[in-house]
Amino acid sequence: MKTTQQRLGWAGVALGVLAGFISVTPAITHVALPSLILAAIGIGLGVYAVADERRLGIAAIVIGVSAIIGAIAAAKSGEANLRNVFTWSALIAATLRYATPLLFAALGGIISERSGVINIGLEGMMLMGAFFGVLGADITGSWVGGLFIAMLAGGTLAFVHAAFSIHLRADQIVSGTAVNFLALGITGYVFIDHYGTNGTPNDISRVPDISIPGVRHINFVGDAIGHANLLTWIGLLLVPIITVFLFRTRGGLRLRAVGEKPHAADTVGVSVFPIRYAAVVVSGMLAALGGAYLSVGFVGSFSQNMTEGRGFIALAAVIFGKWRPLGALMAVLLFGFSSALAQRLPTFSETTATLFQALPYVLTLVAVAGVIGRSRSPGSVGIPFVKE
Amino acid sequence: MTETEPFTEADAEAMLVEEDAGEVRPTPVARLTAYMRGGGVLVPILTVIIAFLIAGLVVLITGHNPLTTYKSIFEGTGLNWLFPWVSGTERATAASNLQQTLIATTPLILTGLAVAYAFRGGLFNIGGQGQYIVGSVIGVWVGSSFASMPAVPHIVFAIVAASLAGAAWAGIAGLLKATTGANEVISTIMLNWIAIWIGVYLFQLGGPLQDPTNPSIPTSSTVTSTAKLPVFWGPPDLQGLHIGLFIALAMAVVFWVVLNRSTTGYETRAVGYNPDAAQSSGMSVGRNYVRVMAISGMFAGMAGAIDVLGYEFHLATNDIQLSNIGFLGIAVALLGRSTAVGTVFAALLFGGLATGTSDRNANLADPTLTTTLTFLIQGLVILLVSTDVIALAILRGRRRKPKTTAPRAPEPAATPPEVEEKAA
Repeated sequence: MKTTQQRLGWAGVALGVLAGFISVTPAITHVALPSLILAAIGIGLGVYAVADERRLGIAAIVIGVSAIIGAIAAAKSGEANLRNVFTWSALIAATLRYATPLLFAALGGIISERSGVINIGLEGMMLMGAFFGVLGADITGSWVGGLFIAMLAGGTLAFVHAAFSIHLRADQIVSGTAVNFLALGITGYVFIDHYGTNGTPNDISRVPDISIPGVRHINFVGDAIGHANLLTWIGLLLVPIITVFLFRTRGGLRLRAVGEKPHAADTVGVSVFPIRYAAVVVSGMLAALGGAYLSVGFVGSFSQNMTEGRGFIALAAVIFGKWRPLGALMAVLLFGFSSALAQRLPTFSETTATLFQALPYVLTLVAVAGVIGRSRSPGSVGIPFVKE
Repeated sequence: MTETEPFTEADAEAMLVEEDAGEVRPTPVARLTAYMRGGGVLVPILTVIIAFLIAGLVVLITGHNPLTTYKSIFEGTGLNWLFPWVSGTERATAASNLQQTLIATTPLILTGLAVAYAFRGGLFNIGGQGQYIVGSVIGVWVGSSFASMPAVPHIVFAIVAASLAGAAWAGIAGLLKATTGANEVISTIMLNWIAIWIGVYLFQLGGPLQDPTNPSIPTSSTVTSTAKLPVFWGPPDLQGLHIGLFIALAMAVVFWVVLNRSTTGYETRAVGYNPDAAQSSGMSVGRNYVRVMAISGMFAGMAGAIDVLGYEFHLATNDIQLSNIGFLGIAVALLGRSTAVGTVFAALLFGGLATGTSDRNANLADPTLTTTLTFLIQGLVILLVSTDVIALAILRGRRRKPKTTAPRAPEPAATPPEVEEKAA
């Protein structure tokens, strides 16, 4: 009997091969889209399978990626002037840019949900980070202050969510929804009240980009990953740190215990409440950093509701990555890639590019449905703890 | 690891590995609904008052006058039309404002009913937004095609098609829950965003349903005159009040009748209160999930159709991305206690709030600022709606206190969950 993960991996490989096969056609038709979509789904399946069926998953990813390269190369050979738009290194760099805010929020989501508190409010916490990051950088005159204040704001909002859903035993979905509306109201109100209709000043201090000294000037790699925002590097660094924390330290074990079997954890002397509070507040801080990346890190300004649903993509990444940091990293890279592709794809097909934006949600829907291997949530997520 | 630490890592790992083999708990939503329905009318009213007080405090702290702000918001809603002493031009303005308030209230009643129906069936339909969009897309498509149809059948066709589309969209989440146990909260959130992007895809420049007569604007074709809902109050060409309001009110009656006077509604409530009891008395919980979600999505889909046929007449990609009628339905249903009457009043409150704080309200000193107040008040209301749940819980806890203060025997306290699990 094959496991669902195996079947899934094979499906990914098959899709990738199919995508590679039809990727020859763009040379004639100039339309790379069908193979791009197939390959992306193949990669998605591979990412999903990789946790349990490592070799098969990686194979699916590799085949999918080569199919995409093939398709693009074929389309490019048709029209040479597309080369500038579709430069690979630029695509990779764009993927990292799109993935960074999602990564922070997804890591936050993992910590919160592992402790047993659903965090629908990631979106709101990101928005708080985005605005208060700019406000902080403006007031303190330095991006360090901006990030600090962003984390403070995100943490405060998360504390509200925590207090309501942990101590006051409110429904966590309701509380999370409320937090999202609150963030929209608070950031919008303070933004208009403080900056009026002129918008945020355009000379605020921004989080610097960091180049890797040796890599920067290597031809391809340098353009792709040699030069990225400091927050991108921090985000990538957080992945192993949080993995080790969750699965290799006593603190992480307690966090997971509280999320899976709070009563059992309580019985053996682990205090459920403080751990859940800490987890939710940290989750808010991380989400806020993700939001701050958008404003202080990337564009250097704030506009109303600028997170535009990224918190929900992060939520999707948490589930798609099976509540594991590495899985979430893979998921946000995939989602970031689909965004980067959607942004650059109009050269190939103006309309269908939009559908790429829906990819994260479709993949996550398929993942939660468990049609191809269930992603299992922490045991007690969403259930308030009542000490007996 | 210290010696005083009784919690060994091995213990915990064992704990984590242990599977929940079909452990049964009442759904959180069932718990929530039960508490909410215990609160009566007073609690939601208090909730609203507290929310307005806190928002007023924010206005005050930021150096504006809350009283004048609230007064101009109130006048912007047009509710002063109800006062007999308002006359002359003031009355005309009030009438026009009230029409806008009621236009905004109409879809909120329906999306509120959508969320409320799911609540009563023990499900959290956070996907009202997606179902609303699917409904409005189908509504605008039917409304702008089939131009040869006579008015009444055309309108009915558009509304029915949109409602069915909403039902089908929500039904996906119900079906996934019934067949695979997928959490409906997550699946409806995902379906929201899928609907948004499909809508944008359809109407963007070069999209399959983009208005061919207007190739430079990312919008749908315009609804034909046969499919427009008749206006009964105010100027028909200047966004007067259309009959959609009556459709929404009629649906509130339908909601009540179905829920309280039909077998379907009985099963909905039974599954909502206790799925296991419902299952053991012979109801199919899975089929009920699908049915509850479909009925819920039907309300939201209808809301979408009524908006496009009533006053929007076409759907731009911007409208799709910026709309939050479906999300507000959550607030409406929560505040309205998931009842028909409560939902109607809560929808009026939020409809009025949206109109009173909108840019078109000339009374406001700083319209852009006040618009953002809407979100603040909405957030506070939702948050506080969950507090009165707590207030009740705490009250209950107090009442039970004599029992719980008794010295806690460690063994019985720790065992029940495990025992339940093994039994299941």
